Amino acid sequence: MKLIFVKRCRRWPYFEDIALSIVQLRWVLGSLALILALHVPYQATWVVVSSALLLGWRYWLALRQKYNPAIKLPGNLILFPLVILAALGVLYTFGGLAGRDASTALFTLLLAFKVMESRSIRDLTLVVMLAYFLTICTFLFSQALLIAILTIIPLLALTTALISLNETAKQASRDALLSLGGRLVAQALPVMLILFVLFPRAPGPLWGVPRDATRGMTGLADEMRPGSISNLSRSDAVAFRVTFQGKTPDPEQLYWRGPVLWDYDGSVWRSSQIESAPSINILRPDSAPISYTVTLEPHNKPWLLVLDMPVKTGSVGFLTTDFQYQSRQPVRSRIRYEATSALQYHQNSALDDSDRTRALRLPAFGNEKTRALARDWAAQTRKPDELIQKAMRLFANGFSYTLTPPPLGASAVDGFLFNTRKGFCEHYASSFVFLMRAAGVPARVVTGYQGGEFNQLGAYMIVRQTDAHAWAEVWIDGRGWVRVDPTSAVAPQRIQSGISSALPADEPLPALARPSLFRRLNLGWDSINNDWNQWVLGYNQQRQSEFLSKITGSKVSRGDMALWLSCLLIVIVGLIALWVLRPARSGFDAVQTAWIRFQNKLARAGLPRLSAEGPLDFAVRAAQTFPASQPTIEMIVELYLPLRYGTNNSTEAVKQLQRYVNELKTSKSGMR
Amino acid sequence: MQRQLNDIIALSSSVILGKETQIRLSLACILAQGHLLIEDLPGMGKTTLAHTLAQVLGLGFRRVQFTSDLMPADILGVSVYDRNESNFKFHPGAVFTNVLLADEINRATPKTQSALLEVMEERQMTIDGETRPLPEPFCVIATQNPVTHIGTFPLPESQLDRFLMRIKLGYPDVRSERTLLAGGSGRDHLVNISPVIDAAGLIQLQQQASRIHIADTLLDYLQAILDFSRNSPQFEAGLSPRAGLALKQCAQAWALLEGRDYAIPEDLQAILPSVANHRLRSANGGSVASTDLLTKVAVP
Repeated sequence: MKLIFVKRCRRWPYFEDIALSIVQLRWVLGSLALILALHVPYQATWVVVSSALLLGWRYWLALRQKYNPAIKLPGNLILFPLVILAALGVLYTFGGLAGRDASTALFTLLLAFKVMESRSIRDLTLVVMLAYFLTICTFLFSQALLIAILTIIPLLALTTALISLNETAKQASRDALLSLGGRLVAQALPVMLILFVLFPRAPGPLWGVPRDATRGMTGLADEMRPGSISNLSRSDAVAFRVTFQGKTPDPEQLYWRGPVLWDYDGSVWRSSQIESAPSINILRPDSAPISYTVTLEPHNKPWLLVLDMPVKTGSVGFLTTDFQYQSRQPVRSRIRYEATSALQYHQNSALDDSDRTRALRLPAFGNEKTRALARDWAAQTRKPDELIQKAMRLFANGFSYTLTPPPLGASAVDGFLFNTRKGFCEHYASSFVFLMRAAGVPARVVTGYQGGEFNQLGAYMIVRQTDAHAWAEVWIDGRGWVRVDPTSAVAPQRIQSGISSALPADEPLPALARPSLFRRLNLGWDSINNDWNQWVLGYNQQRQSEFLSKITGSKVSRGDMALWLSCLLIVIVGLIALWVLRPARSGFDAVQTAWIRFQNKLARAGLPRLSAEGPLDFAVRAAQTFPASQPTIEMIVELYLPLRYGTNNSTEAVKQLQRYVNELKTSKSGMR
Repeated sequence: MQRQLNDIIALSSSVILGKETQIRLSLACILAQGHLLIEDLPGMGKTTLAHTLAQVLGLGFRRVQFTSDLMPADILGVSVYDRNESNFKFHPGAVFTNVLLADEINRATPKTQSALLEVMEERQMTIDGETRPLPEPFCVIATQNPVTHIGTFPLPESQLDRFLMRIKLGYPDVRSERTLLAGGSGRDHLVNISPVIDAAGLIQLQQQASRIHIADTLLDYLQAILDFSRNSPQFEAGLSPRAGLALKQCAQAWALLEGRDYAIPEDLQAILPSVANHRLRSANGGSVASTDLLTKVAVP
């Protein structure tokens, strides 16, 4: 192996151009095809298809060249217009050449064009190097565990292609090339692990992910209109994962607080300007606080979901006056934060006038029937408790819970309350707050998530977009903002055991929200993914220093880290080198191992084999020296010779040989 | 098969007393389809050995005493004009046999020696534009007096290489000599010996020898030996690739004689001196060249 290796290395770098063989071309084209396959879900279809066509064209030309060397690759006259066309296509599709999607598309196409003009090994080597980069580009689109695993396939193919490009002397078989490539990649593995664990992390990302990378992220919006939450509920994407320190609260207590919406214009609820004023001290917890860690998936909005109501939060974001926990920038990458919440609470303070005004404001006109009903109620009682009861009783009779509500007219609240009576949580929350405000009780809409799925495999909770929810908060003097969930009046199961039990089987819920084998499998996969997110993707500066000080028991400085890194790398590379450069023929198969053990035993007994002594001569000499062991020694050599020099390769004989070698030890007392 | 080989050895040993090793080596040489050179002082039983082997193996046997006036045509044959039939008729020479004993080959002139060696290599000869194959099997056993003797033309190295093996007989031990002197053995007994096999049987044995398994490990050892001979400063020239092939074939034949269907390092070591010594020349004029090969090259 070492000779092959050295021989292969000798040809680097290329100073002259060498014509390439079809086998080498096949390796490179095959690797590129694998990368393209990996990019299918992320890149524009026409980009992938035309790149694949170019690769196919090149291969077809190579096949024809084999029989007719006069055939030439297309010249610049043909290629140049095609390149311009491709660039225009990218410009048209993505509206520019910059940005993640456009750049990757352009790069993919240009790489395919480079293949079209590749005539020599030198060209293809360049292509392979660029293709390595294109493989890495996959991570711009997704850093999921599955993608990371799949990326190994083109990586292996590319390495093998690179080996095949250097393999000009003889035509090695495909398997031999692959196994050498595999070994090279495997040898890189320990180095990669050490670099991963020990390489000092920068406090922030080294480079920004392009802006369009955040496209397609789902999550709560800063406004709520009829249908917005039910649409979100159709996605089974994970919103965030939670690990509780201590007991997990009951599902009906799990209200994950998101944007608080104050302003209603007759159809859309909006959140108002955000004021950063920590009002924690006016919140009085009535139950033991619960601490937990949230790993939030990127959703391109600033809110950080916390359990109702947060009493203590970390430094990742800030608390607003209406108890929203917000980040200073939109969450564009997975983020991890800790928080402490009290599930029972009250507020002693009074509602200030501007807030009261906002919490009572309604559009100037519209929804007259609802206003009339509220006025009616307000005439009967002024107590907020009783008004809430009235509204809940209204919802409990004749209303139903559905993901696909019928369309509402211009007066959305009237239409819902008096005509359709079918709705999702946003309908109930919205009409409830409208009723309360019309009856003179300050109220507001809160959106977020309710419930979650506990994953036994990793002891953490998964909250999906399916769990998106909207509820209401009502101001009651002396108690402060009190949570009221009108949906619980219509579909109590929704709050207690999740959305799937509250909706009939024919509702268009994502498959994952319903109990099934698939869901159980998915939980296992999610648990692995969670570990991947926590320990691989989330391995930032903070985690690194935590992890290292946990191992060493003391704080680890960056200098120490660098020192360790160099030492470990030297050790690992040294070990690999020792292994690669080990004496070429030590033949560590079972037969040879047994024989060497036999020799060692005799050597310990004072009879080493002479280096130029054949096995039979040695055995004869041994039998003469130790007559007591003669039968065993005879059996050993009788078994060894045909195994080593003959055509016998029966495992039975090998086992027998090993047994006799073992036995020799027991008869050691017989050796003098 | 194995019994035949044992019989051959036993029978030959009853004629040439106390020389079993040399008999085995000669037999291995014949099984490996090679030619044998026996080198020793006159009167050591070289001729007897050759004759005995031919007899035991049931082969045709011709003997040519090489002298300084021996001409190539004497060995190869000659075309003579036949007056009755009015054309040339070929009279085959001594080589048209199975075992040709070339006695004292180093007494002939190089011209005659070369004619013989050429036939040995080709195993056919072309005279008057007609190619005539030699009988199968064909084996030359040449004897030679040590070159220090007066009136000899030593064989050049390139021609020594044509002989697969070179063996020496040496003096008999005391007991064998006594038996010989008492008249209990010797060439007179040859007439009483009946062949164990015939030409066809020998060809079969030769094919069997060529099928003996040689493991990669053994080839490694063989190559290590070749390597050592080429790189070690104590040799003027290393072993040629032909010598390597010779070593392999002889080891196979030796393994067959030992009754195995695979060869082991000991087989190679057993035939190594006979195969290698006449192809190597020590740089310092030392005598036994192959000893170092046997003791310094490690067995894998």
